[in-house]
Amino acid sequence: MRTSLRLGAGAGFAGDRLDAPLHLAEHGALDYLVLECLAERTIALAQLRRRQDPASGYDTRLAQRIESLLPILKRKGIRLVSNLGAANPLAAADAIVAIARRLKTPVKVAAVTGDDVLDVLDRDAPTMEGGLPLSHYAPIVSANAYLGAEALLPALASGADIVITGRVADPSLFVAPLMHEYGWTHDDVDRLARGTAVGHLLECAGQLCGGYFADPGRKEIPGMAHLGFPFADVTAEGDALLGKVAGTGGRITLATAKEQLLYEVTDPHGYLTPDVIADFSAVTLAETGPDRVAVSGARGRARPSQLKVSVGYLAGYVGEGEIGYAGANAIARARLAEEIIRERLNGRFAELRIDLVGSTSLHGRAFDSDERPYEIRLRVAARAQSPEEAAIVGEEVEALYTNGPAGGGGTRKYVNEQIGIVSTLIDRARVASNVTIREWAAHAEVV
Amino acid sequence: MPKLYDLAHCRAGDKGNTSILSLIAYRPDDYPLLAQRVTVGAVAHHLRGIVQGDIRRFELPHLGALQFVCEHSLSGGVTTSLALDAHGKSLSFALLEMEIS
Repeated sequence: MRTSLRLGAGAGFAGDRLDAPLHLAEHGALDYLVLECLAERTIALAQLRRRQDPASGYDTRLAQRIESLLPILKRKGIRLVSNLGAANPLAAADAIVAIARRLKTPVKVAAVTGDDVLDVLDRDAPTMEGGLPLSHYAPIVSANAYLGAEALLPALASGADIVITGRVADPSLFVAPLMHEYGWTHDDVDRLARGTAVGHLLECAGQLCGGYFADPGRKEIPGMAHLGFPFADVTAEGDALLGKVAGTGGRITLATAKEQLLYEVTDPHGYLTPDVIADFSAVTLAETGPDRVAVSGARGRARPSQLKVSVGYLAGYVGEGEIGYAGANAIARARLAEEIIRERLNGRFAELRIDLVGSTSLHGRAFDSDERPYEIRLRVAARAQSPEEAAIVGEEVEALYTNGPAGGGGTRKYVNEQIGIVSTLIDRARVASNVTIREWAAHAEVV
Repeated sequence: MPKLYDLAHCRAGDKGNTSILSLIAYRPDDYPLLAQRVTVGAVAHHLRGIVQGDIRRFELPHLGALQFVCEHSLSGGVTTSLALDAHGKSLSFALLEMEIS
């Protein structure tokens, strides 16, 4: 059995940089590369695309990512694990095979399905946000259970070069290769907890290396234009050493690791995944060298009996409009504009929000100061039932040009469909995962 | 008066309508002071008008860190909020504005 396995993180969200994973794959001596590309809302939007076109519904940048990565992965013998499949892992596998054929690079892709539970969803089930039944949120467009690492094991056992999934708990994408290579089972709770801590540290990629950390003069991070993405060398016990490729930008320190370890953790004593309940409060971190941090100590309890389900619903439309004011009395003119808009739109929208960007848009008046900014931007947003109604918001703001305070400039208007997300729980027994193989081999074309 | 900003760093995360704020001492020696002063009550008072629900505090002494889990803090929830910063990503620096005597 292997004594150490190197897992790399090549994307922390769908819109993440395309060049960083190429550099990591080329120079990182990886065994596995993981791309985490699926935010809560992303899968609902993908489901809507799939309704329009049954061959779509996977990540919109899949082709860009795979075309550039595939030759490196094959040359280096790195296996790829990713949730790029979004709402349609099978179509994603087909798309990857098509790319491989074009590049004349043999490939075996395993698609993991079964996370889509829309058809078996209990509409009377309470949501985790406030307890109202799911039926309160309509129309529902997607329901995806968070699969665990176990669902990926047959895919990895198939020998596939690429494992492509839909909704899988983010850390599980990293735990799966560890279970596969080291033979861990769901009873190995401490090992699973340690693997989960590693997956959690890696899942946001650049955020472990100084991304989303830097604060000039206080928390200096060099070379952020070319931030290196992280990897972890993980032992069969789940202990790990974090690192990144020498010469890349960014830093991995105790401080960057602590920020990421606690990121979005609602209970450090009980971090829930489909694989394990992990106690991160026992994790110890130690800097062992430049950009090297050792992680150990997480403990685990048996996995939960239910899986979390992320449910997407159509929540109407949001209309927005913006306009800027500058110089003397700018804020007073922006406030006059706000009063005009409020009077004009009074009662037309169930929910209306007006921000003074540059003063109160982020934290309201909680920390408002008496300092007068040189420029201020008025932003109006309202929720509407139709795109036509939502458009009125931007139109009213634009009309401030000739009907509002002096010196307004730079108007912008937007209408966006809004997808809401709520969560519920489902019994494991009601979720069955499947693995489907798609492949292309050079000799197949000859026949 | 010194601010938390001088002693600690913070990252904000989100789950639904809940904001999760870490508070990590730069120097381990400052952790006891943070643990003593940055109580649930102090944070609730400091973030009044933003945090509308209960706050839970977790102590992680070996990391020199506190973790605050603040319910009803994101204008109804990330996916349907009309706020510009629907995730409350910038709340980290609101917490660090707290003055400590």
